[in-house]
Amino acid sequence: MDEVPLVELTNIHKSFGRVCALEGVDVSVNHNEVVGLVGDNGAGKSTLIKILSGVYQPDQGEIRWEGKKVKFSSPKDAIRIGIETIHQEAALVDKMSIMRNIFIGREPVVKIGPVGWLDIKKMAKESMKALEGVALYLRSLEAPVEELSGGQRQGVAIARAMYFKTKLLILDEPTNNLSVKESKRILEFVTDLKSQGVSSIFITHNLYHVYPIADKIVVLSHGRKIGEFKKEETSVDKLTELITLK
Amino acid sequence: MGTLKVYLKRVLFLKEIGGLAMLTATILVFYLISAPFLSIENIRNILEIAPELGILVTGVTLLMISGEFDLSVGSVFALCPIINIMLINCGWNVYLSAIFALLASCGIGALNAIVTLKLRIPSFVATLGAMMVWRGIVLLITNGWPFPFVERAAPFEKILVGKVGIIRFSLIWYGLIVLVFWIILERSRFGNWMFSVGGNPKAARALGVNPNMVKAVNFVITSFLAGLSGLIQAYRLEAFLPSAGVGLELDAIAASVIGGASLAGGVGTVIGSVTGTFLIRSIDNGLVLAGAPGYWFRVFVGIVLVVALALNKTIEAKVHKMR
Repeated sequence: MDEVPLVELTNIHKSFGRVCALEGVDVSVNHNEVVGLVGDNGAGKSTLIKILSGVYQPDQGEIRWEGKKVKFSSPKDAIRIGIETIHQEAALVDKMSIMRNIFIGREPVVKIGPVGWLDIKKMAKESMKALEGVALYLRSLEAPVEELSGGQRQGVAIARAMYFKTKLLILDEPTNNLSVKESKRILEFVTDLKSQGVSSIFITHNLYHVYPIADKIVVLSHGRKIGEFKKEETSVDKLTELITLK
Repeated sequence: MGTLKVYLKRVLFLKEIGGLAMLTATILVFYLISAPFLSIENIRNILEIAPELGILVTGVTLLMISGEFDLSVGSVFALCPIINIMLINCGWNVYLSAIFALLASCGIGALNAIVTLKLRIPSFVATLGAMMVWRGIVLLITNGWPFPFVERAAPFEKILVGKVGIIRFSLIWYGLIVLVFWIILERSRFGNWMFSVGGNPKAARALGVNPNMVKAVNFVITSFLAGLSGLIQAYRLEAFLPSAGVGLELDAIAASVIGGASLAGGVGTVIGSVTGTFLIRSIDNGLVLAGAPGYWFRVFVGIVLVVALALNKTIEAKVHKMR
């Protein structure tokens, strides 16, 4: 296994004022790998993914993407390179239609004269395609997202990431507030993604969700990495013990 | 039956429906009270004054969709024409001074954007301050006295508010502005960004949209349109009044909300803002024709505002069930 990792974060430091959120964290994700990122509240999970998705810049440390050093000055940079993040509460815009949500920031345009108009027809056709790609069948693409269930919303966000050929999908607590059935569906989505060659980072409190689908599990506590295990090397019980001990 | 239901659904899905229903009802009521309400004469009256509110409301609606307020529009409405006439009186070219006055309005919008977005003061407060400051400055530089019209500005007056048939040019400008901003909002990438920034700024940002840029552009547009509205009224009245536009910011917000815009951002339409505008102007005009004291205006606008909102909510709930 001498391959170059898809993404590699080395010695990441980040503090906010006097609060140290991350103190020298190393994490890497290989091609075709599902990484579970776990830890208690305030462990630094959110900060770490915000750095990886371009929302924050690290105070120290570097990010390598397929071996090359990269710097993200905004979420746009991360998206352009192929990192898509599905934030807990910030994945979709409730009041906007499903179709419009899928294309926020990446709207297709047709040039008529010097200006580009929204290509509504293409948006409708392609969003249908995107949803079919994750086997999500919704009644109306014009309906506002707020009318969907929690699981359907995650499905739309994942469909969007898939449609835009994301290489690394970061899911921030995707099973929060979901029913058991819907959580299961999300886990299936992630497994499907892997079979299609998309790596993912799965952030959660719920070890029972992440353990079955993860290839590798990284444990954070108080801004430090306190463990990194291949799935075979550990179990839910061992992980729980590690997290709660600290 | 089936097709009827489809049509009914399509109509009810319109975000403007509450305002539209209120407008129809209001027109009907005023017509029943006093038939001249729908005379050509009176329709002309309404069409003459509606653009002065409507152009400004277009901006206020766009800004509200992107999640911010501008309470300083009424003051800019007064300041822009005052700058215009003062420069003309100084010997400036009429058009050049109008362009300068509109640029100054844009500048005020940019300032609102900086205070709101960089200093992170809620726009409600920031522009409340701006409203007082610019109104105060208008009063300071005019000493509270209006400026009379000057003959030299007559050609510009023709372009702004000259008569064509039964209407004035201002209505054509209003139509164009509505068309342009409808297209921008509904059919451009920027429009999609506006909805996303107002609806969920975090999501918009995570998807690579820059909320501050979108909001700043809308602050400038709103102020520009407020200035333009002010010019149109000043030239129609042939008087440049320091008191013009007092209370207009609240009428504008009322018109936007009646037209289906949400105070929370992320929701609203340009066509809705037109409905809201005409509703407010019809109430104003209808009350006069009905012989009611002018004070009733506020009472009615208040009632209509609340009823339209309640109507929207009820319809929304119905539509939700129908899907």
